[in-house]
Amino acid sequence: MIESMMSFVMPIWEWLPMWIQVLVTNVFFIVIIMVPLMLSVAYVTYAERKIIGYMQVRIGPNRVGPRGWLQPIADAVKLMFKEIIIPTNSNRFLFLFAPMLSMGPALAAWAVIPFADNIQLADVNAGLLYILAMTSMGVYGVIIAGWASNSKYAMLGALRSAAQVVAYEIAMGFALVGVLMAGGSLNLGDIIDKQAGGFFNWFWLPLLPLMVVYFISGVAETNRAPFDVAEGESEIVAGFHVDYSGMAFAVFFLAEYANIIMIAALTSLLFFGGWMSPFGSYADVPLLGNGFHWFVIKTMFFIYMFLWIRATFPRYRYDQIMRLGWKVFIPVTIVWIFVEAVMAVMQIGPWAV
Amino acid sequence: MSFTEIVFYAFSAIMVVAALGVISARNPVHSALSLVLTFFATAAIWMLLEAEFLAITLVLVYVGAVMVLFLFVVMMLDINITQMRAGFMRFLPFGILVALILAVQMILVVGPANFGLDVAGFASPVEHAADYSNTKELGRVLYTDYVFPFEIAAVILLVAIVAAISLTMRRRPQTKYQTPGKQVMVKKEDRLRIIKMQTEEKQ
Amino acid sequence: MTLEMLNYAIAWPEIFLLIMASLVLVVDVFLPDEKRNVTYVISQLSLIVTMAMIVMMSSNERIIAFNGVFVNDAFANVLKLFVVGIVAMVFVYSRRYLIERNIFKGEFYVLGLFGLLGMMVMISAHHFLSLYLGLELLSLSLYAMVAFHRDNANASEAAMKYFVLGAIASGMLLYGMSMVYGMTGTLNIEEVAKAISQQQEMNIVLVFGLVFMLIGVAFKLGAVPFHMWIPDVYQGAPTIVTSYIATAPKIAGFAMVMRLLVEGMGGLHADWQLMLVILSVLSMAIGNVVAIAQTNLKRMLAYSTISHVGFIMLGILSANNAGYSAAMFYTLTYALMSLGAFGIIMLLARAGFEADNLSDLKGLNQRSPWFAFMMLILMFSMAGVPPTVGFWAKLAVLKAVIDINMLWLALVAVFFSIIGVFYYLRIIKLMYFDDAEENAPLHNGRDMQVALSANGLAILALGIYPSSLMALCIAVFS
Repeated sequence: MIESMMSFVMPIWEWLPMWIQVLVTNVFFIVIIMVPLMLSVAYVTYAERKIIGYMQVRIGPNRVGPRGWLQPIADAVKLMFKEIIIPTNSNRFLFLFAPMLSMGPALAAWAVIPFADNIQLADVNAGLLYILAMTSMGVYGVIIAGWASNSKYAMLGALRSAAQVVAYEIAMGFALVGVLMAGGSLNLGDIIDKQAGGFFNWFWLPLLPLMVVYFISGVAETNRAPFDVAEGESEIVAGFHVDYSGMAFAVFFLAEYANIIMIAALTSLLFFGGWMSPFGSYADVPLLGNGFHWFVIKTMFFIYMFLWIRATFPRYRYDQIMRLGWKVFIPVTIVWIFVEAVMAVMQIGPWAV
Repeated sequence: MSFTEIVFYAFSAIMVVAALGVISARNPVHSALSLVLTFFATAAIWMLLEAEFLAITLVLVYVGAVMVLFLFVVMMLDINITQMRAGFMRFLPFGILVALILAVQMILVVGPANFGLDVAGFASPVEHAADYSNTKELGRVLYTDYVFPFEIAAVILLVAIVAAISLTMRRRPQTKYQTPGKQVMVKKEDRLRIIKMQTEEKQ
Repeated sequence: MTLEMLNYAIAWPEIFLLIMASLVLVVDVFLPDEKRNVTYVISQLSLIVTMAMIVMMSSNERIIAFNGVFVNDAFANVLKLFVVGIVAMVFVYSRRYLIERNIFKGEFYVLGLFGLLGMMVMISAHHFLSLYLGLELLSLSLYAMVAFHRDNANASEAAMKYFVLGAIASGMLLYGMSMVYGMTGTLNIEEVAKAISQQQEMNIVLVFGLVFMLIGVAFKLGAVPFHMWIPDVYQGAPTIVTSYIATAPKIAGFAMVMRLLVEGMGGLHADWQLMLVILSVLSMAIGNVVAIAQTNLKRMLAYSTISHVGFIMLGILSANNAGYSAAMFYTLTYALMSLGAFGIIMLLARAGFEADNLSDLKGLNQRSPWFAFMMLILMFSMAGVPPTVGFWAKLAVLKAVIDINMLWLALVAVFFSIIGVFYYLRIIKLMYFDDAEENAPLHNGRDMQVALSANGLAILALGIYPSSLMALCIAVFS
């Protein structure tokens, strides 16, 4: 049955021009990555409400479906049926374009993430740089949303967010410079290969300050608490997306959570060995050896960290955010890169090239 | 037509249209966004030339940082477009004439014939092996052959920082800052004054 | 490839200057306002040591370093020595001026040192890339220095004009360079020259590139018709910054013309000669004629600069070694004269009073005969009156032009310099024959008075014994 179908399909497939073949295969792989990602986003929102609920000694959503498991689906359905209100005198095209602009880069960055050994959509040489470039573009969605809404609150939120993202991007970039120096490559696969050999061979140990800076900058980049002044509801209502409703708002929401998963995944890739097993010597044993599940577990842990941080810390004041970014993180990263360079030249410790 | 060619023409078309948008858009924010698109399409074309480092850096630096700040300024200035466009139609024919003359002159002087490129069509650049890393090659040249210009460029950026800070930073005496270090160091004696006084008589 | 292959040792003066400039930058941040003198002293010391290093390392050999982007030869050594010395003099003049206006800040010295580094890089450039980067380093420092006095609206406006026009000029220069690169396939000046000498017929793209490069250079030097920024910038900038812009960068600009046109595009000298003739005649004409109408001293000196640039171009366009050395002599002496003239303006100025109007010079002889005499020497020298060095400079340039059978050009030059004599002599008349409008004593510091006297006497001494400097200039090109 399958064979007869294959013999029917294959000639058609081969008859198609090359570029259509390329296109179709790539779209297929993109869908394979996107669908689970979107599902994860949905359930991260559920996890967030549930976890923060428990931390605050509440129960969290528990009405829709068993233990509230269908809550995200219900939310999605509700948002889809809501009307998208477009404010008067707003820029209609840009207003609707902004959510897409913040969604696009958040998804595009997943193209170069290695999920397991040699399993990734595109093996780009400069993968690390690509990710940095893509995440840096996410800020456009925020700025344009703020401007196109034709509202003072939205504009203020957009300006705050843009300044914050640009500031923390520098610290983030420097932290990544440290990673690429340790890994000796911009290719994510190579960086993970360099971390082979168990928990204490991962980069988190030699690059501890950079790891801390990277993760906190990641929290700031995604505009999450305690760095969520862009939507600080006590001051500027909801910041840049105050005028958005329905699906347009939902897309912003999706992008934010996709970015959280992205940062968590990157932290596990760059500093915690990605799909490498923490038990280096048990590599042959199933489940204890390297594999996709380790990547998932680590990523989930860092997503949990995001929620934990949100439940724990009060919001920063805006000038303190700027101070932290420019005057603390950037010097720390520069000093550590310098230390790393000296160590590499002197052939000391884990940095020896 | 190969896949590469399709990509090339698609991005070239986007680039030209976006570049036209930069100069013809009525709204400065639209112009700035068109410029972003132009940079993006340029980066894609560089990618086709196997210059992936430059392409991604273009996106990272220009799209991700420079244009963000640019948009920032454009949005805050709220430029009055109608005033700027006054007299546009009046000068348009003259402008087109000048542009045409310039274009013809440029084509005559810097056309492909003068660079010996019209002989057998454009030869496409040699493709590199799969393990060729544009990043590595650039880094090697930058830190050996061109280390002197590279360092001077670094000094130029330093001067830019010094200039920007010295021209804009003003210490306003009336601004108040918190110094967390000092706040933490505060002791009871610094703030609290205990006074001994007689109890007042009830009148 | 090893570090030794870079041959970096011959760039020690530049490397040292860079280290010291960075050091000044860091030290200055930690100094309280009342100890700003430390910044000044460190800057001066670093300049002196840089000069000593240049002298110690000078040789007549032509050494190329950093894979062909850096060259050190006698030409570079002499020019660098002058550039560093002039910047040191500017710094001497600066201290009192800055203190009186409440802008005695470390940034002035930091930017001055970085600008100096840019000039030295330009002088030693052996590659279009290093030439351009040196120029940008210099220009960027200058833009910031012009705007340095932030509360002064004129200065900000001048800086803006300077920045916009300077950016256009850089764009032109780069465009021209890219044309030349497209034709020759290299940016190395020596190889460009080689590639050009192998061209059989006239190459239109090369000439096209040459035109753009020349426009860029003319913008930077301030030759007519690309001179519009000069008067505004000279007038708007704080006088100390004007004295910086008007002196050392002209020497660096001359070096740039030499490296670019003579060393790089020497094979096309028939083409650029004609262009330089036009620039030069226009500069001498506009500069000298418009200067007469000025009432602002700084503006008048700006137009006088334009006319002097025209004279320098006369020397270059003769396209032989005698002409080059005459132009070099002219540039060096002009920088000294200009330094002295702005020094006098600063000497007369005090807090809240800039002394930049012609009428402010009235009766200087009554107030200070010695400095009136210094100004007399300077003005005579600029006008080209015999016992001063300006005369020899003009003479050398004119001789070079006559030697290539362009007598008419020499006559034009003489004609316009005679027109120019009028406004120089007017200053002397104001100083000696008019009564002083005010009698505030000149209270500038001893260091400045000594330096200014030395400056003026140097002009006189060089006028009486021009042969040593002249011999140096000739030796450089032989």
